[in-house]
Amino acid sequence: MEKHYTDSKVKGVSTGTTILAAIFDGGVVIGSDSRASMGGEYVSSKTINKVIQVHDRIFCCMAGSLADAQAVIKSAKSHLSFHSVQMESPPLVIAAASVLKELCYKNKDELQAGFLTAGWDSKKGAQVYVVSLGGMLISQQVTIGGSGSTYIYGYVDAKYKPNMTREECLQFATNALALAMGRDNVSGGVAHLVVITGKGVEHVVVPGDKLPRFHDE
Amino acid sequence: MSSIGTGYDLSASTFSPDGRVFQVEYAMKAVENSSTAIGIRCKDGIVFGVEKLVLSKLYEEGSNKRIFNIDRHVGMAVAGLLADARSLAEVAREEASNFRSNYGHDIPLKHLSDRVAMYVHAYTLYSAVRPFGCSFILGSYDKDDGAQLYMVDPSGISYGYWGCAIGKAKQAAKTEIEKLQVRRLYSRQKQKLKLIYIVHDEVKDKAFELELSWVGDVTNGRHELVPKDVKEEAEKYAKVRLYETECSEFYNSCETAGPPASMLGVRSVLQVVCGKRCCRRSTWTCFLFQDSLEEEDDSDEDNM
Repeated sequence: MEKHYTDSKVKGVSTGTTILAAIFDGGVVIGSDSRASMGGEYVSSKTINKVIQVHDRIFCCMAGSLADAQAVIKSAKSHLSFHSVQMESPPLVIAAASVLKELCYKNKDELQAGFLTAGWDSKKGAQVYVVSLGGMLISQQVTIGGSGSTYIYGYVDAKYKPNMTREECLQFATNALALAMGRDNVSGGVAHLVVITGKGVEHVVVPGDKLPRFHDE
Repeated sequence: MSSIGTGYDLSASTFSPDGRVFQVEYAMKAVENSSTAIGIRCKDGIVFGVEKLVLSKLYEEGSNKRIFNIDRHVGMAVAGLLADARSLAEVAREEASNFRSNYGHDIPLKHLSDRVAMYVHAYTLYSAVRPFGCSFILGSYDKDDGAQLYMVDPSGISYGYWGCAIGKAKQAAKTEIEKLQVRRLYSRQKQKLKLIYIVHDEVKDKAFELELSWVGDVTNGRHELVPKDVKEEAEKYAKVRLYETECSEFYNSCETAGPPASMLGVRSVLQVVCGKRCCRRSTWTCFLFQDSLEEEDDSDEDNM
């Protein structure tokens, strides 16, 4: 899905990254790794949080250039907050995703940022939307992104089932992130996960030593 | 409510000493000169009815609409200066379309009506422009939020309603709507049709065309004109019920006035009581129905 950002032509801090989001029965899990790298050689941060809250029950994961992604999210967050006050109700997840999409699409010449948006609203329940680099917006049940995602397509395709329980889904997400971080040199650190349901939001952080290990580790 | 502004009514940017903006009030008078439009919010949808006065025999039926489609799920019925109303319909359409383009979903009706009301209000602030001379009723239906109805008037206020009426016979229409207990109704019920016929009495013989539209479960959430067959069936029902109501009024008044001395007497009583509403019907027929009216039972209106 995303291009490799180990290309030395890419200036500044970029995310080699792994991000994912998956819907389970009653909610959605969104998660990412925590490494920010420069030029594919230097780890500029081991504990960056790529899962950003844009509203009470809506979270986003950033991919691509961190600077661009942060700028877009900042603008989207303020826009959404105003929108929500105007509407006198929490924004729909599709509205949040559309706001990001408009920013990405209209400024596609300058920006290099993509997002996963996951959240819960009272109209459609749990949803996941992908806004790609050029500004495409689609809805999916489970989705992965970032440079590390290429290593886990097989795992996700094989292991994701619709209507999992919360625990099953958390385990699935943790495993996927761990596998990607194990193979992608620009993904690593801790696994940040957020579980969003109608009842509330829960952050789960899985530090490096608690990540699942596989046969060769 | 009519009072002469004398000097404080020349522009919308001037208050009168008693705190009124006369230009806005005059704009509301323009609405009151127009023929009636009503909107009713039922359990499963919205029904709009507009009484369009036919000014000429050459008028093409179905043209010159007063009900507009604002978005798939939103309709708008207008009263007042039609040109103003049409430009506001365009404004509403752009709002709804931009919202969908920015946020990816249908605009909630309250938000749309707030936005258009803000636009209308902006024209009441300056002397360089005049206020819009039209009121309109916006209605929409959504599976999750249900049916909603909002009315915006020239001052730029928007309120939600269960049933509302604008135009010359709005008081009479409002009374009838209140009698209907609208919250219990379903879109298909024909009482709403009868309303337009009842309030049309002011204009006596002038022919009018009824424009009807609805949005609700029955149309899968799309705002559409009511199909011809449903409309005709409802019109027939409305005319019969209205006729019966008028006959019962005549009958009651005959009772109090005493038995008429002659047929001529009957006709004159008839004309006095029913006004020219009965002009279209022969007075003889009305007289014949008199006896059957004792069995008339208004309560079966609720069963439709």
